[in-house]
Amino acid sequence: MSDGYPQAPTAGLPGRVAIHGAGDPHDGHSHPHHPKLQHHFDDMAQQAEASTLGMWVFLVTEIMFFGGLFMAYLLYRYRSPEGFAEASNHLNVIWGAINTIVLIVSSLTMAMAVRSAQTSARAKVQVGWLAATMVFGAAFLGIKAIEYADKFEHHLVPGPNFHWTGTYPSAAEQFYSLYFSMTGLHALHMIIGLGIMTVISIMAWRRQFDAHYYTPVEVAGLYWHFVDIVWIFLFPLLYLIGYHYGAH
Amino acid sequence: MSSSNGHHVAPVSLYLMVFGALMVGTILTVVVAKFDLGALNNVLMLSIACAKALLVVLFFMHVRWGTRLTWVVAGSGFFWLLILFTLTMSDYMSRGWIPGTLR
Repeated sequence: MSDGYPQAPTAGLPGRVAIHGAGDPHDGHSHPHHPKLQHHFDDMAQQAEASTLGMWVFLVTEIMFFGGLFMAYLLYRYRSPEGFAEASNHLNVIWGAINTIVLIVSSLTMAMAVRSAQTSARAKVQVGWLAATMVFGAAFLGIKAIEYADKFEHHLVPGPNFHWTGTYPSAAEQFYSLYFSMTGLHALHMIIGLGIMTVISIMAWRRQFDAHYYTPVEVAGLYWHFVDIVWIFLFPLLYLIGYHYGAH
Repeated sequence: MSSSNGHHVAPVSLYLMVFGALMVGTILTVVVAKFDLGALNNVLMLSIACAKALLVVLFFMHVRWGTRLTWVVAGSGFFWLLILFTLTMSDYMSRGWIPGTLR
């Protein structure tokens, strides 16, 4: 059980392996440790910094993950700009704009959820902001489902049943392949985000977060805002490139 | 105002201002898209999208108050994305410039 650190004489006691000196002012240190401080970190600030940085490294891989699809979009749109504009014109700008606003509101409530933990707000307040974020996230997915159903109905799903009456059927099918890949991957991230927020809400309900320790909310927030940023680019690139031709 | 683990706590008014700017940006994007400005449509829409993304990264994602290491890591992701786009498109767009090289 002993981790061999001379500065932690109580490390051999039961329950003192990972969180030595938890809250005990008489463990040889000048001040008590926070129970959430893991033994390989100097202090809470260093621990929070390491987690945030780790999340950013993950988000860089996410940027490259979505980046490949944006690259494909760029190349195929370069090959057939008119075809993409024509295909884009069949997306519903109103639903797309509403979903953009819904996601931005959910980012605001997410930022407020992190802030409520940072300021040691009551568990009910923290859970309230997280729940609001989840409601808006679910609303986004609901609208996305309506749009997808509409595309199935109008034979705009790439495959044997794809049907296009315009001038550029092949470019349109490429556009809708990218539309479903990009919004599908984005929607998958939203679904995962809702799962993460459920876990974070339960932790918040159990009063795990306050001004001293709120890293899980902070890191979950980084993920949520990243998914919002992806949509900020998807909305103009998918919905608006043929908008000036007039609605169909 | 700073919480006890060293993180900056932003005032609610700042978050509301960022939210307002994101809303204005969204409306502006739709308005711009309504007019046929040629290539300028793409430039304007993507500029607004980049500005919105920057606001989210700096304030909602707290990079504004982050360490330099966070700045470097966050920036590197977007930098690598630019390399992906630039090198791929410079290859693709320049194919056939030298006669006999286009396959």
